[in-house]
Amino acid sequence: MSESVPLTILIADDTDSDRLILEAIVKKEGHRVVSVCDGQEAISAFIAERPDMVLLDALMPRLDGFGAARKIKELAGQELVPIIFLTSLTDTESLVHCLDAGGDDFLSKPYNRVILKAKIKSFSRMREMHNEVQIQRDQIASHNDHLMQEQTIAKQVFDNIAHTGCLDAANVNYFLSPLAVFNGDVIVAAIRPSGSMMVLLGDFTGHGLPAAIGAMPLASSFYGMVQKGFSMVDILREVNQKLKQILPIGVFCCATIVDMNFVKKKIKIWNGGLPDGYVHRAATGEVETIKSTHLPLGVLDDMSFRDDCQHIEMELGDRLYMWSDGIIESRNGSGDMFGEERLRALFDSKKQAEPVFDRILNSVHEYAEGERDDDLSLIELTMVEPAEVINTNLDYEPQRYGGLLEWALDLELKPSTFRMFDPLPLLLNILVEVPGLRSHSGNLYTILAELYSNALEHGVLGLDSSWKQTPEGFARYYDERKKRVDALEGGFVRFKLDHEVEGDGGTLNIRVTDSGPGFEHQRNINNSHKAEGYSGRGIPLIRTLCDSLRYIGVGNQVEVIFKWDADD
Amino acid sequence: MGIQSRVSDDGQELVISIQGRFDFSAHQDFRNSYEALSRQPGTYRVDMNETTYLDSSALGMLLLLRDHAGGNSAKIEIVNCSPDVKKILTISNFEQLFTIQ
Repeated sequence: MSESVPLTILIADDTDSDRLILEAIVKKEGHRVVSVCDGQEAISAFIAERPDMVLLDALMPRLDGFGAARKIKELAGQELVPIIFLTSLTDTESLVHCLDAGGDDFLSKPYNRVILKAKIKSFSRMREMHNEVQIQRDQIASHNDHLMQEQTIAKQVFDNIAHTGCLDAANVNYFLSPLAVFNGDVIVAAIRPSGSMMVLLGDFTGHGLPAAIGAMPLASSFYGMVQKGFSMVDILREVNQKLKQILPIGVFCCATIVDMNFVKKKIKIWNGGLPDGYVHRAATGEVETIKSTHLPLGVLDDMSFRDDCQHIEMELGDRLYMWSDGIIESRNGSGDMFGEERLRALFDSKKQAEPVFDRILNSVHEYAEGERDDDLSLIELTMVEPAEVINTNLDYEPQRYGGLLEWALDLELKPSTFRMFDPLPLLLNILVEVPGLRSHSGNLYTILAELYSNALEHGVLGLDSSWKQTPEGFARYYDERKKRVDALEGGFVRFKLDHEVEGDGGTLNIRVTDSGPGFEHQRNINNSHKAEGYSGRGIPLIRTLCDSLRYIGVGNQVEVIFKWDADD
Repeated sequence: MGIQSRVSDDGQELVISIQGRFDFSAHQDFRNSYEALSRQPGTYRVDMNETTYLDSSALGMLLLLRDHAGGNSAKIEIVNCSPDVKKILTISNFEQLFTIQ
């Protein structure tokens, strides 16, 4: 018995004896047979029975095998219906004619049973394979349709979130080319309540959907926070933390973020992992590079993340250029990269009247001969007068939304608290709730820490810094600190914080009062930073970091005024 | 928060790493990290990579280490400072006393 599935096989032969022999052979193999006597009948039977395979005599009355084969192939369409010609013709031309007419093979008369059997089997296999391929092709096509449909909808959502913000402003030129429907590069831009423009160019590892997905939380944090008046550092930290949290290891975002202040004519910029940006001076044509000095976003946890920025003064007409590595890594036909030197050279060719922005795009495009293998983004920001960027109807007063704005706080710490609790993180956590103040948290920590240890150690505990003149004294001082805190029964340190909004920033008034007797503050208040001795550096430190420091009354009360600006 | 220290294989360098806030509470550990050694190394490296803040008592502790290591002839590098930490060191003119990177 044949192991193949039973097929329906159409046999068309006008010679009765030949047809009967063939029928017998095929039936014996377990297949169902439909027999007809000429080409015309063969076509009708094909339509009625839809056989899996056709055995056609070449020469028949009414319509010969060649004509029938053509018609049957046409009717079969994309389905593979193997046609085997039965012929006593042996000349090359006739055999070729069989195949030309759409036949898949031929079988010479008289029939060899073994060969016939083998051919049916072979064509049955081919037919199965063909069906398989067709099914898979249809599946792929339908999956692809589905995917495209999903991507189109997702892309709408994506574009609504990662929209281009204020990139249509007069001083901005940008180019963003997607390799796929989604883009691994992201540009977001918004005008801050204070009137400066914040722009972030990011390049996620990879491209397409996996890369683009990270752009959504980035953009939603960015737009949400810029609008609320958070500082660049706050936004950087938030975006970094969010990406770190959600992206798998190995996926991160190289980014440059810039805050362009049109009133003060300066920029504050942070580059983590993107190629050097350029500041192109309008007056001299000189180029200054802005190097990447940080790790990309989404790599470090918040504690290790470094948010120090570069501050650059810009004259009217000076331009800032930022790009993703797609520009530099564009390849020509022989696989060489465009490279930084070519890019740099574009800024030197003063002869050309064409603006640098267009020159860069054209050069890269020409160089790559239309081929592209990475997302390619370019942005040009020009320093202009504020009125050119901001709608003049807009209220210039800083508008702030959310967060702590004007507030005051009193906190009094008593003995059991001194022993168990460090109030500094608590106070700092409250302070960084003020939008924009987070970037000053280092300074604020220092101020609070120094004020607190002075109030506690000298005021409440009555410890004397003069002990700290020797290593042994230093150790004794802190041993004694512990002993006295543990034994303490009364006393307090009182913090009074008062914050007022002012311009882009605010004024924080910190008053610390202790239960101690005070000290002779007039005498050593003007100490400057010194090189000798193990103590006495706290007050000079505070003085450097704040706007004013003064002791009040007997010296058990100190007031520090810290003025801050969202741009700093 | 904590202090970790390690002497290089050749015994020539002591690396002291400070995690978290560097303030008076680290005093004992910081002091132990160099005083407990039987043989003093030629150079010291204070790694601030994981240091979030430091206060004026920490400045005093760095000076204790400097004097312990020979005062003006001490070879002490302070490395991997965050901008906040570096700022405090700079304001206090510590780059005149230490190699700060």
